[in-house]
Amino acid sequence: MAISKEEVIHIAKLASLNLTEEEIERYSNDMTEILEFANEINSVNTDNVGETIAANEKYNVFRKDEIKQNVDKEALLQNAPSKDDGMFRIPKVIN
Amino acid sequence: MELYEFTAHELMDKLASGEVTSEEVTKSYFDRIKEKDGIVKAYVSTLEESALEKARKVDEDRKAGKPVSKYAGIPIGIKDNMCITGTRTTCSSKMLENFVAPYNATVIENLNKEDMVYLGKLNLDEFAMGSSTENSAFFPTKNPWDLDRVPGGSSGGSAAAVAADLAPWTLGSDTGGSIRQPASLCGVVGFKPTYGLVSRYGLVAFASSLDQIGPLTKDVTDSALLLNLLVGHDEKDSTSMDFEKKDYTKALVNDVKGMKIGLPKEYLREGVNEEVREAVLAVAKKYEELGATIEECSFDVGKYATSVYYVIADAEASSNLGRFDGIRYGYRSEKFENLKDIYRNSRSEGFGPEVKRRIMVGTYVLSSGYYDAYYKKAQKVRTVINKAYNELFEKYDLLLTPVSPTTAFKFGEKSENPIEMYLADICTVPVNIGGLPGISVPCSLDSKGLPISFQLIGKAFDEETILKAAYTYEQNTNFRENKPTFKGGNN
Repeated sequence: MAISKEEVIHIAKLASLNLTEEEIERYSNDMTEILEFANEINSVNTDNVGETIAANEKYNVFRKDEIKQNVDKEALLQNAPSKDDGMFRIPKVIN
Repeated sequence: MELYEFTAHELMDKLASGEVTSEEVTKSYFDRIKEKDGIVKAYVSTLEESALEKARKVDEDRKAGKPVSKYAGIPIGIKDNMCITGTRTTCSSKMLENFVAPYNATVIENLNKEDMVYLGKLNLDEFAMGSSTENSAFFPTKNPWDLDRVPGGSSGGSAAAVAADLAPWTLGSDTGGSIRQPASLCGVVGFKPTYGLVSRYGLVAFASSLDQIGPLTKDVTDSALLLNLLVGHDEKDSTSMDFEKKDYTKALVNDVKGMKIGLPKEYLREGVNEEVREAVLAVAKKYEELGATIEECSFDVGKYATSVYYVIADAEASSNLGRFDGIRYGYRSEKFENLKDIYRNSRSEGFGPEVKRRIMVGTYVLSSGYYDAYYKKAQKVRTVINKAYNELFEKYDLLLTPVSPTTAFKFGEKSENPIEMYLADICTVPVNIGGLPGISVPCSLDSKGLPISFQLIGKAFDEETILKAAYTYEQNTNFRENKPTFKGGNN
């Protein structure tokens, strides 16, 4: 089952990626090949088999739901590409 | 012998006895880094100033007779996908090239408690996606045994640094073999603990149900010593298990008598290089001589593990990497007019080709209409694989396999074909699917002088049996007499 260029463009949109013509061509081929490889799993009988969602049966150890100050606000803001008055700055979204 | 040539436990003894200072040890590594890292390129960044400052502080405390940890003043290198407060954590990606971590990974907090010294951050395939470090956005790391060859990946910098004596030991992360495969290609010990043993907080997430942090070391003793510091429940990672702490050095016993080791025949067939096969069979023979029982067994369903892996890992990666949007941290494109432009242009310019490929595959298998056929199906096959492992571990204490089907390959040899690169992980990927512990131990050199390693796989949370068997092999053999040659690299 080949992944068409149209599908690649659709998936890129879902993934918030812009692809060049060259990339669309390349990923169309690569994804076809990778998914063909992945399709091997369909030859395994999984009737009445449940899904494994984590490596261990016991997969969540919850902590108490308490508010804690883990990281300083200024330290978190220092990596922001654009900030203003203690907030992340983005382009205008409402006209 | 130079200080940088010793194992970490040997350095601990020297520091404790007062034979050397941490400053001398730390300087020895930075001298070595200046001498060799120009050609090996294991480090993305070095932390000389803060390292020497920490080393001097530890030396003062020791001199003043203050109680200090036995690990205090021992240097270590960290894979550049783990956060150390105030230092750059790049994941070898343009996306995080200037990201300064605002907090410590839990493993770093653990090492800080012991006053360990950070030499620097080590190179990897971008976001840990790859098996050669060729996917690093900055530069590839070279294999110290042959500079024309890859060190493996994704923890290629962590493995090459230990092999080239640029660090006594390092931390890596392993999602499908990223500790064990580079350890194998570089001739060092690499240990992936059971999923849930080590907190993943502060490790930049790739595939959350598979990722695990572990040590790369010169010998098995160092792996046990470093593992002691890493394990434990962390309330910041709900998948880290709350077991009572163990002292893994107690497992360092030179004895495998009565141990039952299974040898899955599927990993000793075509697709595995003949020299690798011979070497692993020689290891099996050695274990037999030492009193273990070796029995051929079958792990047929393991052949689906790589397909399962690339569905699950890519799906989780596409979700995890959704956070890189150019707003709160990381690369932001200069070309935008609106918010969507920022997202798309920043991601398109910030991610490299392999990362984009995996995001695309992951998005596809999670997208409407394909979720059941790929992601859900892969999770079911994961259950089938786990069941097969459980059955094997009813009969055997350990499984013995190769780590990598080949020794180190040349730059460019596999980078054009994604599937071929993915097959570099066929022996290691199933272990992550099962969430099991696995170790890579070097055993011999091939005809080209490149390291071959074997893998021991254990039951979940039974790191001790692996360590015991690996230690016994090491005590009765002498791989460490071989040293990397730094040959090649002229083209």
